[in-house]
Amino acid sequence: MEMAQELHVLAVDDSHVDRKVIERLLKISCCKVTAVESGTRALQYLGLDGEKSSMGIDGLKVNLILTDYSMPGMTGYELLKKIKSSLTVNDAFILVEQESSVLSKIPVVIMSSEKILPRIDRCLEEGAEEFLLKPVKLSDVKRLRDFILRGEGDDNKETEKNIKQVCSRKRKFQDDLATQSMLSAVVTVHDIELSSPESSESQQPLSKQSKIG
Amino acid sequence: MQRQSASMKRNLFHQDYLDEQFNELEELQDDDNPNFVEEVVNLFFTDSVRLIRNVDLALANEPCDFGRLDDLMHQVKGSSSSIGAKRVKRECSKFQEYCNERNIDGCKRAFQGVKQEYATLKTKLDAYFQVAREAS
Repeated sequence: MEMAQELHVLAVDDSHVDRKVIERLLKISCCKVTAVESGTRALQYLGLDGEKSSMGIDGLKVNLILTDYSMPGMTGYELLKKIKSSLTVNDAFILVEQESSVLSKIPVVIMSSEKILPRIDRCLEEGAEEFLLKPVKLSDVKRLRDFILRGEGDDNKETEKNIKQVCSRKRKFQDDLATQSMLSAVVTVHDIELSSPESSESQQPLSKQSKIG
Repeated sequence: MQRQSASMKRNLFHQDYLDEQFNELEELQDDDNPNFVEEVVNLFFTDSVRLIRNVDLALANEPCDFGRLDDLMHQVKGSSSSIGAKRVKRECSKFQEYCNERNIDGCKRAFQGVKQEYATLKTKLDAYFQVAREAS
C-alpha cells in the first residue's frame, strides 16, 4: 500500500490576516503550508531569483502555488507569468530548460477579492489553473487539493483515497499518530515526469468549474 | 453562558456587524485550535491600526493621492471581508466610491464611518469573545 503523501502548498499573500486564514484552511485539508508575504519571497523560495534549485530552498517539492492577485511590488499575475516561463541561466549564461523548469508545471491558483472578468481571463490565459474569489472557503481548498491529487498521476488514486480518509479521521479524532504516519515521501521530479506524461496544458482546466459568472 | 454567547452572535449577525464568513472561520476551530477566530480577529484589529493611520495621513495631504487612498482602503476592506466584518466592509466600499469620484470631502466623511464601525465592532467582539471563552 502506498504511503499517503501530504501536498505542499506555497501560499502567497501580503495580508497577514489572509495568510493566517489560508494557512489554517490548508492545514485542515491536510496540506503542508509555506506562507510568504510577496511574489519576491515566493520566487526566492522557489529558487527562481538566480539560485539554481528545483526544490523549495528547504528541500520540499511544491505541489501547488496559491497566490493573491493584488499585492504591492509584484502582483499575483506577474508572479504567475514568471513561474510559467521559468528557465534557468546556467554558469555559461546559456538559457536551458533544466530540472528547475519543471517549476513551470506547478499549478498556480490566483485568489482575489474582486471578480473582474478581464482579470480572470488574463490569468487563465497565462496558465493559472483556477481563479478563486475571496474570502476562500474550506470547500474551495478541499476541491483544489483533490484536483491536485488527481493530477499527480493515475497510480495515485490510492494516495488520493488515503489522504481523504486520513484527513477526515484526523479532524474527527485529532489523532496525532495519524499525522506522523502521514509524513510525506517527497515527490521528486522523476515521480512527476514518469506518472504524468502529458503536460499540464493538456489537463482539463479546473477553471471550467470555477466561480466565474 | 453558552446561550449568552450564542445570542450575542445572533445579534451581531442580525445587525449586520458580521456575515457568513465569521461562521466559516468558526468552523475551522477545533480542540487543538480553540481560539483561532479570536486570533484572526485580533490580527485584523492590530493590522488595521497601521492602515487606518496611513489613511489619516494620506487624507491630510494636498493634493490628495486618491490612488494610494484606494489602495489602503482596499487592504482594509480585504481583511475585513476575511473576518466577516460586514459593516466595516460596507463603509470601506463607500470610501472607495468617493475615491473614484475624487471627492475628498466624501472620502473624509466615509472614513469617519469606517473608523466608527471599526471601533464599534471591536467593542462588540471583545465582549463576545470574553463570553465565548467563559462558556467553553
